[in-house]
Amino acid sequence: MIVANRKPFEEIIEMLKPYSKILLLGCNECVTVCATGGSKEVAVLASEIRMYRQKEGKPVEIREVTLERNCDPEYVESLKPFIHDYEVVLSMACGCGIQFVGEHYRDRLVLPAVNTTFDGVTEEHGVWAERCQGCGNCVLDRTLGICPVTRCAKSIFNGPCGGSQGGTCEVNKETPCAWQLIVDRYKEMNMLDRYLEIQPMKDWSTSRDGGPRKRVREDLKI
Amino acid sequence: MRLSYPTNVKIVKVPCTGRVDIILILKAFENGADGVYLVGCLEGDCHYLVGNIRARKRVEYVKHILDECGIGGDRVAMYTMSSAEGQRFAEVAREMTEKIRNLGPNPAKKAAARNA
Repeated sequence: MIVANRKPFEEIIEMLKPYSKILLLGCNECVTVCATGGSKEVAVLASEIRMYRQKEGKPVEIREVTLERNCDPEYVESLKPFIHDYEVVLSMACGCGIQFVGEHYRDRLVLPAVNTTFDGVTEEHGVWAERCQGCGNCVLDRTLGICPVTRCAKSIFNGPCGGSQGGTCEVNKETPCAWQLIVDRYKEMNMLDRYLEIQPMKDWSTSRDGGPRKRVREDLKI
Repeated sequence: MRLSYPTNVKIVKVPCTGRVDIILILKAFENGADGVYLVGCLEGDCHYLVGNIRARKRVEYVKHILDECGIGGDRVAMYTMSSAEGQRFAEVAREMTEKIRNLGPNPAKKAAARNA
């Protein structure tokens, strides 16, 4: 899922300063699962903004709407009947959703209420961690399911580096060394000989280095 | 026991404090409450095992939200006691009422009244 963090309240309040009719938009997908921008978080933020503005003597009208998805046109179009009743849209969806809604309603500003952070997993209730950077050329077969691109701070392919100490990364002692994890996994699977294979330089053109990416499936186009 | 406690304390009954979501507490403040406190069972005595512990964590979170929006985190509290502690229930009601009285009215409500 895409994991996001809510922006600091002061930053949100500053963005909303000129407006008194706000459409607060949530998303039922990733940001709901990472407890950042689902209907519950939308309700909490709306309540917080209303109380703050009431206290300041500048009350606001907020409509709370949570779309099934903000990254598909059919859901975004469902805002059409009422989006123009509001001066501005404050979105708790990920960066994709925020942009996509803005692209559909060019006369409305869509402001971000969250910082979109990474693609990750729920390690335990309330704990999310990064697992994929979408490099566009997966190597998980060679590293037995542990991604050196994402989980190694340097994204190195023939690790570990000298900063690996007692299984943790020098960048952060809380972070396990990805290459230690990979070597442990080779041992676990009795495949340590694979560790001797030198990995060639990675072609990063499939990653962000090649600019924004696009995928087209002609057979699915209508 | 027939103990008395301040009449301005309004009781909302829930099956377990674990039922109390963050938004319920915020709505109470939005609707003009000056303070909110949760009274749960003693830790370790929850019929649902961890309801009261979850409630305590949520109260901490709400404190942070109320501080952020200027209402004040001190206006919310969590107490635990056994159902046999009527005396303590009355004491806590008095303690909380006194604390909130010292803090004054909910600032959002005050501003709304000023602008009305």
